[in-house]
Amino acid sequence: MKRTLPSRVFPAALLAVLVLAAWELLVWIFGVPVFLLPGPSAIAGAFWESRELLLRHAGPTAGEAVLGFLVAVVMGALSGILINRSTLAERSLYPWLVVSQTLPTVAIAPILVTWLGYGPLPKVLVVTLFCFFPITVATVDGLRATDPDLVRLMRSFGASRWRIFSMVEAPGALPFLFGGVRLAVTYCVIGAVVGEWVGSSEGLGFLMIQDKAQFEIPRLFAEISLLSIMGVSLFLLVALLQRIIAPWTLKRNPSL
Amino acid sequence: MTKGNIRILDGVDLVVEPGTFLALIGPSGAGKSTLLGLLAGLEAPDEGVVEKDGVPVTRPGHAAYMPQTDFLLPWRSVVANVSLGLEATGTSRRSARKQALAALERFGLEEFALVPPAALSGGMRSRVALLRTALLGRDTLLLDEPFGALDALTRRHLQGWLLGVAGDLDATIVLVTHDVDEALLLADRVVVLTRRPARVALDLPVDLPRPRAMEMETTREFARLKERLLEALGVSAP
Repeated sequence: MKRTLPSRVFPAALLAVLVLAAWELLVWIFGVPVFLLPGPSAIAGAFWESRELLLRHAGPTAGEAVLGFLVAVVMGALSGILINRSTLAERSLYPWLVVSQTLPTVAIAPILVTWLGYGPLPKVLVVTLFCFFPITVATVDGLRATDPDLVRLMRSFGASRWRIFSMVEAPGALPFLFGGVRLAVTYCVIGAVVGEWVGSSEGLGFLMIQDKAQFEIPRLFAEISLLSIMGVSLFLLVALLQRIIAPWTLKRNPSL
Repeated sequence: MTKGNIRILDGVDLVVEPGTFLALIGPSGAGKSTLLGLLAGLEAPDEGVVEKDGVPVTRPGHAAYMPQTDFLLPWRSVVANVSLGLEATGTSRRSARKQALAALERFGLEEFALVPPAALSGGMRSRVALLRTALLGRDTLLLDEPFGALDALTRRHLQGWLLGVAGDLDATIVLVTHDVDEALLLADRVVVLTRRPARVALDLPVDLPRPRAMEMETTREFARLKERLLEALGVSAP
């Protein structure tokens, strides 16, 4: 059965329309004040009114999120390869990476700001901290999943260690890696906002703190929506990349 | 050869003349695959030596080995799978693909060149895996139950096909199988291994004329050889 794009998008879109309509209706019926819960129309209005301001602040947030995410992909993949390659690295490094994930990143963010100032660097670092672990785990699992008999076959050809890695192990790990990357990419926008909350002079996180203080609640909701749009776009971008780079990884999973 | 304290092979002495097609049969778990791994240089024996042309085999890369699973890579097209072995040994991608395509053409499979392996039938997958092995152009082919997973009819086709490929190659071939008919149809010589720890139970020259054909399986000569093999395997002839 060939599933067309509209038939896949339709259920989600329908649900969104229904929820938004109910929300608008309930806010209107019960006369909820706009500083408690603005209706979708009020949020859309605020979005349009402040579109230039929002987009200006969306730039740095998106930049931090994407940069931190890319650093996480590189670091996560490299540490995963290292852990897979070396038993010493696995025994020494892996436990501490797990421990590092149990530390609340939200609590580390203020320390990073204290050390690294109000610029973009601590935000990028917070994003990386949020994102790299799932990528590391996915890389380790993916490389581990290589069939030892396939490696044997490559050895029988006379293939070098590097060729076995680049021709068989690395491509074979891609489905796992993309699983980790898709998970990680949903964290990166959150990471950037958390970083900005702690201390910043620009970005959507910065704007949210301001608007909360000034009871600009509709615009606060507009910012949240924009962050969500940003996150979903990045997720779709990763899914598209996966489709282009590694189409075979999607074969058994036609819903993506 | 011992694996995890289980003695698998015990004093298997074999000399294979160049250009011979040798079939190895034996009960499951007899150590046929282990022996093949030793011949390929993938494992080192605990005792004894594996020699080729008088030189000890200490590492893999000298023989073309084909495992039981076809291991076609899903991210490579058929032609790129056929060229995998060549690329793995450093042949440039361009030249390897060209040779792979030529091999596919020679066996009438060029229409599948750009198809992903997931679209192939089991028999076709085996053909591609066999071409990948043959394309290495090595003088020794080690085939580990290459058709074990196929249905009887497809298997028949593939056996005929292997005869064709082998005739083209002029290589020494060691085929592990548990199919007595397959062994007799293809090989010049059949070696039967005993249960673990494996020894040579019978070393039987197959003096059936070449070229071989499926019809030979109904001849009296074939039946006589088959009976001897089954006897050595400990199975009484029907």
